[in-house]
Amino acid sequence: MSWFWHHLDAFRVTLARLMRTPVATLLNVGVIGVALALPVGLYVALVNLQGFAHNLASDPQLSVFLALDAGRADAEKIAARLKNHAGVREARYVPREQALKELKASTGLADVVDSLTQNPLPDAFVVLPRDTQPQALESLRDEVGGWPKVAHVQLDTAWARRLDAGLKVARLAVGLLAMLFAFALVAVTFNTIRLQILTRREEIEVSKLIGATDPFIRRPFLYYGALQGLAGGIAAWVIIWAGVWLMNGALAELAQLYASRFELRHLSPEDSLSLLAFSAGLGWFGSWLSVDQHLAGIEPR
Amino acid sequence: MIAFSQVTKRYPSGLEALKGVTLAIEAGEMVFITGHSGAGKSTLLKLAAAIERPSSGSVIVNGQNVGALRVRAVPFLRRNFGLIFQDQKLLFDRSAFDNVMLPLAITGFERREAARRVRAALDKVGLLAKERSFPVTLSGGEQQRLAIARAIVHRPAILMADEPTGNLDAAYAAELGELFRSFNQVGVTVVIATHDVSFAARLKPRVVVLKDGRLAA
Repeated sequence: MSWFWHHLDAFRVTLARLMRTPVATLLNVGVIGVALALPVGLYVALVNLQGFAHNLASDPQLSVFLALDAGRADAEKIAARLKNHAGVREARYVPREQALKELKASTGLADVVDSLTQNPLPDAFVVLPRDTQPQALESLRDEVGGWPKVAHVQLDTAWARRLDAGLKVARLAVGLLAMLFAFALVAVTFNTIRLQILTRREEIEVSKLIGATDPFIRRPFLYYGALQGLAGGIAAWVIIWAGVWLMNGALAELAQLYASRFELRHLSPEDSLSLLAFSAGLGWFGSWLSVDQHLAGIEPR
Repeated sequence: MIAFSQVTKRYPSGLEALKGVTLAIEAGEMVFITGHSGAGKSTLLKLAAAIERPSSGSVIVNGQNVGALRVRAVPFLRRNFGLIFQDQKLLFDRSAFDNVMLPLAITGFERREAARRVRAALDKVGLLAKERSFPVTLSGGEQQRLAIARAIVHRPAILMADEPTGNLDAAYAAELGELFRSFNQVGVTVVIATHDVSFAARLKPRVVVLKDGRLAA
């Protein structure tokens, strides 16, 4: 039971201490919040980009373009071969007339298309492969590319895979950045607690003289570090939420101009919880380091 | 309850504050330690409370060898004591009530029971009406009584005071003496270091005289 009162007391005392110096507390929390918001904000941007890239890359397809002199019979022969091929899930035939119509409708090039005397587009197939592994895709591309009357096979996922690889590098960069800012958080807490210990020297001395154990003396400082870190984490979360909210406002306008819809996702509940746990934990660690360094030096004489 | 045997304390500066002191204090005794300033009175008290460690010899408190005590065990030894310091060591950033609350907070008392005990201790020293006051607003005598309330609030078995009448007038000193006697009468072992011989004489306690770090008489 006394254990419970100890912790309740330490919590109460710590809150009172945080409230007693509101400006200093706010500034510290602000510094920690900004320091955390930078890497976490980049992380949110990455997650969004990744989701975007994943949508594109998850459905790899091959575009099979026939030679311009291929006739209807050739197309039917190739259609049959594709349909019977073990590696093909689905093959859709796009006749050259339809391709031209789609081009005209979708890109606003109607004038240019109308001025053409003949259709420059070949017949084509859009092929959805059964196996989406890169090697399988490449071998399918090479195989189909070798068939008669096939002029070119385009693998549409190459750029998406390049983006994915780029994102991996970016993720590493975000991780490194997060480590640097985590260090900053620990350093800020370390210093705050060091100052606290210096100003409470007398209280610590007296407490030791009348029988306070080291954990008892340490506890309020650890709570202080953890609470300050937690508050910093909350500040970072609010900064990022506001950032995404503002960006979405601007993006909605942009998306409307392109007659489509996209919006950035906020931090997921799991990521939000990790952020708070991480910041509180780092605060606790920073103050633990500080207390460990500075408390031993205070012995009553 | 407290046993010194052949205790010598040498400070890093080379000063020998105690030289081969052997002394036993029984439970329930009231002992005055007197002597000129620098005779080793404070050092004797500090050794008992493990604030200092003996250079040689042994200090036994409640059956525990203080010199050999692990650092982690020291706080628990100190809880046997109510310590009253020469400079009182009150905390000036909190009220009288919160000053007295400190020893109970340390042992993790339930708050309502703790508050009851704090008021009882303040009442005992006549400061109940000033529980909201801050130490700076109290007179020298009141500060001393506040320090006493803090020393007794957790009902220690041993009360130790270093020069409790240091800067008080004779009337106040007499009052304080009565207070210590009343604690002794309910079974608390009382050890007081003082150079104030008249203060000591009035209460007729056992008197231990130190001279240059040795027991005299």
